[in-house]
Amino acid sequence: MLDTTRRVATPEGIELTLQLAGPVPRALAWAIDFALRVTVVFVVAMLAPLLGLAGVGIVLLTAFFVEWLLPAWFEAAWQGQTPGKRAFGLAVLNDDGTPVRWPAALTRNLLRAVDFLPLFYGVGLATMLANRDFKRLGDLAAGTLVVYQPEKKVRAMKLQEAPPLAPPLALSLEEQRALLELAERAPSLTRERLEELAELPRPLVGGLEGGRAAERLIGMANHIAGRQ
Amino acid sequence: MRQALFEAAHQREWDEFERFLDATRPAPFEPSEMPSRYRRLCQSLALAAERQYSPELVDRLNRVALRGHHALYRNRARQPWRVLEFLVADFPALVRREWRVVAGAAALFFGPLLGLLAALQAWPEFVHYLLTPQQIAGFHEMYDPANRRLGMREADTSVAMFGFYIWNNVRIGFQTFAGGMLAGVGSAWFLGANGIVIGAVAGYLTQIGYHETFWSFVAGHSSLELIAIVLAGAAGLRLGLAIIAPGNATRRSALVAAAKPAVRIMYGAALMFVAAAFVEAFWSPLTEIPFDVKLTVGVAGWAVLLAYFALAGRARAAR
Repeated sequence: MLDTTRRVATPEGIELTLQLAGPVPRALAWAIDFALRVTVVFVVAMLAPLLGLAGVGIVLLTAFFVEWLLPAWFEAAWQGQTPGKRAFGLAVLNDDGTPVRWPAALTRNLLRAVDFLPLFYGVGLATMLANRDFKRLGDLAAGTLVVYQPEKKVRAMKLQEAPPLAPPLALSLEEQRALLELAERAPSLTRERLEELAELPRPLVGGLEGGRAAERLIGMANHIAGRQ
Repeated sequence: MRQALFEAAHQREWDEFERFLDATRPAPFEPSEMPSRYRRLCQSLALAAERQYSPELVDRLNRVALRGHHALYRNRARQPWRVLEFLVADFPALVRREWRVVAGAAALFFGPLLGLLAALQAWPEFVHYLLTPQQIAGFHEMYDPANRRLGMREADTSVAMFGFYIWNNVRIGFQTFAGGMLAGVGSAWFLGANGIVIGAVAGYLTQIGYHETFWSFVAGHSSLELIAIVLAGAAGLRLGLAIIAPGNATRRSALVAAAKPAVRIMYGAALMFVAAAFVEAFWSPLTEIPFDVKLTVGVAGWAVLLAYFALAGRARAAR
């Protein structure tokens, strides 16, 4: 249902669901990394005069490593995460869902040079919007995806409570999920929007309108969640 | 089977697996059990999804399975000898295997370089079409035979120049590679443009009689640096070719397949750029060494590198 998920088949014969990350969290993660890179170079540049003229060389060496190799090193050594990606819970994975290794990490980081063109990742953004997996050119060549890292702890589901009610027909997993998500989000929606949404699944709510339909759907969600 | 029963039967195993992934001490089971436990977890996930258990449970199992998948397929053990193996055998063998793009990149780079070097001997004023007066004045200053150090201004130190060469030259190499993603045009452009500038400078300085200082400076690192940029361009062209002519595959899969050899060429090219920067900063500027010696070292460098790319790793590749 959500078009930002992608399923990969593993050798164990199951399908794992990955949640793709879009341009905005990735840009923010990049901004954090960029700030860190600038800070590192700035600190080295502050200390460099202590080394005399050689300091200039040290600053340029630092700038080079921090710009080109450090992000790739982080992604290869830190399970696909740079500090910025870690802050936003993102990670780079190979297309088959395995963690990236040096070749792929280096490929995607070297190719940032074209994604950056003509200004501030114009090419990268255009490419990301033109394919289903939000891949920039570097990701296309390296065969990598940027996904949300699976959270370690389950986020406690805060379903809106209502008396459970069995759905009148068998629902697929995705349909069940839609109901659960609706019930979960209900408190954060405006009443008008909730009622508007609740009227949509005709087979479940029949001709009921607004508030009654929403009540009914939330009841079914409670049934699905096992609150018999 | 009802979900509650299913959960009751497997809950302990899932919890143990999660604790194992969290690396809590003491570990709930031996690491050698991990693969078989992971497969059982995968089975639980498949069953839970098939039997339409609650999305919450399926989500949880998916999350744990994903983490298990990552843990199981993470980087294999480090193999330091692989680096050595790459240098003595795999890298030259790879360059030979990709000889078509290497030859193409070499033609794009050495064509204008050698052409201008020859042409400027006959028509020296042509240099003004290629370099600005400021650039020409800069090169005059750097290669003035009166200099104590070559290729740099008086105030620069070797370490500073090393940093500069890494920052500037390796970056140009990486850009030449990345330009391949623009259907190869970027790589071709960087190769041609650098060939033109280097050819113009070499031709001009030779013609005005600064040949001894100029060639004494560039001889030592020329083999490493020029071959490195050709290889970076070749790696870029490999990507570009996959986009232009993907052959019997989709463009996307052709690109992924081309990126693997390309990035391996870049490993070698990057190392060569670093070695070149080292020679350029610490050996090339020396004026204490006679011109003949520096020229001999330079020619020997070319001979060794060409022999390396022609011969190294043949026995291994044949196996």
